[in-house]
Amino acid sequence: MTLLPEIYTFLFSLVFLFLSLGKGKRPLFILARTLAVIGLVISFLSINASGLLFSGAYRVDYFSQIFKVLLNIGLTLVVFMFHKDDEVDNVPEFYMFLGFSTLGLTILVSSVELISILVSLEISSFSLYAIVPLRRAQTRDHLEASIKYLFFGAISTGIMLYGMGYLYAFAHSTYLVDIVEKTPVFLARPFGVLALLLTLTAFFFKLSLFPLHFWAPDIYEGASDATTTFIATVPKVAGAAVLIRLTMLANSPVSQLALLLIVLAAFSMTLGNLVGLVQKDLKRLLAYSGIAHAGYLMLGLLSFNEDGNAAVAYYITVYLFMNLALFYVIMLLSRGGQNLKISDLTGLARKSPLLAFTLAAAAFSLAGIPPTGGFTGKFFLFVNAFRAGHLAIVIIAAVNTVISLFYYLNLVRVSYSKEAQGPSVGLSFYEKALCYLFSIAIIILGLMPLTFMEMFRQAM
Amino acid sequence: MPSYLIMNPFGFPILTTTIFLPLVGALVILFLRNDRAIKITAFIASLFALGVSLLLFARFDYSSALFQFGEMTSWIASYNINYILGVDGISVMLVMLTTIISPFAILSTWNAIQIRVKEFMISILIMETAMIGVFCSLDFVLFYFFWEAMLIPMYLLIAVWGGPNKDYASLKFFIYTLSGSVFLLVAIIALYLVNGTFSIPEAMFKGYSFQFQFWIFLAFGIAFAIKVPMFPFHTWLPAAHTEAPTVGSVFLASILLKMGTYGFIRFCLSIVPQASFYFAPLMIILALIGIIYGGLVCLGQTDMKKLVAYSSVAHMGFVILGIFTFSLYGFVGAMLQMLNHGVTTGGLFLLVGMVYERTHSRQIYDNAGLGKITPVYMFFFGLFSVSAFAFPGTNSFVGELYVLIAAFLTNRIVGFFAIIGAVVAAAYMLNLLKKIAWGREDKRDIQDVSLREFIYMLPLAVFVLWVGLFPRPFINVMETTLVNLAMQLEKVSH
Repeated sequence: MTLLPEIYTFLFSLVFLFLSLGKGKRPLFILARTLAVIGLVISFLSINASGLLFSGAYRVDYFSQIFKVLLNIGLTLVVFMFHKDDEVDNVPEFYMFLGFSTLGLTILVSSVELISILVSLEISSFSLYAIVPLRRAQTRDHLEASIKYLFFGAISTGIMLYGMGYLYAFAHSTYLVDIVEKTPVFLARPFGVLALLLTLTAFFFKLSLFPLHFWAPDIYEGASDATTTFIATVPKVAGAAVLIRLTMLANSPVSQLALLLIVLAAFSMTLGNLVGLVQKDLKRLLAYSGIAHAGYLMLGLLSFNEDGNAAVAYYITVYLFMNLALFYVIMLLSRGGQNLKISDLTGLARKSPLLAFTLAAAAFSLAGIPPTGGFTGKFFLFVNAFRAGHLAIVIIAAVNTVISLFYYLNLVRVSYSKEAQGPSVGLSFYEKALCYLFSIAIIILGLMPLTFMEMFRQAM
Repeated sequence: MPSYLIMNPFGFPILTTTIFLPLVGALVILFLRNDRAIKITAFIASLFALGVSLLLFARFDYSSALFQFGEMTSWIASYNINYILGVDGISVMLVMLTTIISPFAILSTWNAIQIRVKEFMISILIMETAMIGVFCSLDFVLFYFFWEAMLIPMYLLIAVWGGPNKDYASLKFFIYTLSGSVFLLVAIIALYLVNGTFSIPEAMFKGYSFQFQFWIFLAFGIAFAIKVPMFPFHTWLPAAHTEAPTVGSVFLASILLKMGTYGFIRFCLSIVPQASFYFAPLMIILALIGIIYGGLVCLGQTDMKKLVAYSSVAHMGFVILGIFTFSLYGFVGAMLQMLNHGVTTGGLFLLVGMVYERTHSRQIYDNAGLGKITPVYMFFFGLFSVSAFAFPGTNSFVGELYVLIAAFLTNRIVGFFAIIGAVVAAAYMLNLLKKIAWGREDKRDIQDVSLREFIYMLPLAVFVLWVGLFPRPFINVMETTLVNLAMQLEKVSH
């Protein structure tokens, strides 16, 4: 059963589709969590599956299965983080769309043909367009955010289609295998590089890389915490996976493409970090941090080899955990449903030491300080970019690390060094366990990267 | 086991044990609730680390310049990153300094820290682990892990338990040190790409091209110069010192600053020797500016802690001066000064902290005239302040003498300016001592040194006199390593 994870995710969504048709609104947390865990187990069990389906358009291999596990980890954790005070309306629909979006992403990481890439990408995007406005206390800004997301998403898809058209024109085939054969010929021409770059656009959009980052701050601010958590993490994992697949098309270093990626990376991290400095809204801040991290990710792609790609995969794994950790702190603190300002973190260490610790671990990891996973991931990216001879971008990234430290450290400073106002935050056993899980994951990814790196290395 | 490592003669991994004992203590503290129990556990954990590190001396081979008590385990095999530990004559002394200072520093916080004792002790113990780790690591990535990880607890010490201006000071400290460190990281990767390994000894004396050495030295130099701190990168230091709690200042002055000079002597000299020769005049000039400028700034201070902080800038100038004379005398002097500064300045910060606990002021005037009120305190204060300006018979005299001899042998003008610095040091320290001892006539109600305080000051005082009168045992430990380093440099210079 090579397609088991996909079929299961589909069934997961169907269950909530039928539940959403009923009238009674029962709490569905236990059901959703159980189903998500089963999905995670299934994706783990089918990690060694392999096969080529649908006349070669759909490839199940170690690479895709690892990313499916990551996607399922992301989905499961988001479902676990979601709690009854969260202000998403229509809970069954929320789960349903999360499921469909994950389904699209799961198919995406296995697609090796342009049309199926497009279709799976759209399945995941349209589900997200639908859940962005699902917010109880909705304002015009929130609605504006969802419209923006829809428009930007559609435009980026359009650009991608345009690029795919060129790829097809060059290769006379929509299969990546055939395109790879022709790459030495068409990447030698500027137009070929342009075609590949245009094709990558939709994934730059998913990763919120400059210049397709405009949506991120508004969506993060406008969507509910749970939705933002999902959008900020899971689609980025799939986006990174497809970027790796597509740059692997190039096989050997392509200087023009590398140069373009360097420029995008440099702008993305510098812009993300500089604008991040002045943010007051926590989720907006994280949006800019995400833009900066999309830039860091590009460093691994520059080397066009397995090591670099493994570093990208490792970094996106770390990124998944550190972002989920930070968003979980946000979700637990903003029980009223309002967006959290940085000043709302004041005295968090007094109100809840565990939350403050989770926040600090995530913030230090995002900033890239050892012994957290953020450092180790960034280190691998730096080594690979440097090995490929791109010293300049490594230095830019290093300087950016320092810039970003200002606002990450600010989160820690506000929560630790200021005196608390307001009552302490009580956490249930379940919430504590999740906090511990995130903190430990971040530190383990920092100290013991070997197993994961070897795994990703094999998958490439 | 690679050729630069000597097997560990003990039946257990002694360096790993020393490094991680404090961390184990921190984990135990995590489950304790009683403040008193937490303090005692922290103290005992650091005492254990001290005990284990004393064992190092029992089996240390004085005649070898290799790295001893070696341990090596693969860590991240695909990048050839290993967990390599080992100490030679240079690092064993600094490990010792760390393990000696830590329990006394913890003892000094008994009454000073009343809020969030648990987090405080955990921070201190994690920092001790990271500090020992820095001196023992022989793999660049491992080294960098400890080097950076130390920033987090130090940042928290200043940011949470610091003075009124703590936000500014802690941020400045972190940003300054991190901005130096990221270049260190880039240089480490550059060395890896050339050598194919992150092992530190394997990167030494490889005869890289001058162009390469030049850039590596710059990257290393900025990171270490900020840590030392050398003029003009010193501005974070007074801010951090004045705002940090006493124990933070002690760690900062005694051990963190040594990491910068340790970096110079371990990495710059032996990995990029030609570039070190090339940059030596610049380094010496900056060191001299630091010595004189630091001294002059001290003359104008009215805040005791700030004065001691700025005097660090001057003292560390002597260390840099000694290192960049590339002579055996210079190295011995620099090493001795690193230890002496650790003990003397650490002691002075402890003394300032003690009087601050009583009068809640660090202004010299508020604490003046203690001579008649607290005689025992005055004894310690007198001893440490004469040591701070290298009075004969105290530890700093020996170290400074070595450095001055080396300086005069290199260049008379350099020696002349260094002497001026030494005189300025006498001026500001004697001035401080005079005011604290006799500056005011009025009787105030200030408690003299308590038994607990006496216990942690006494060993430091013994050290001051011991090194001052009989430095040979200390020099013996590091001599072989330093002779070897000087010889290697001699070879390269021809």
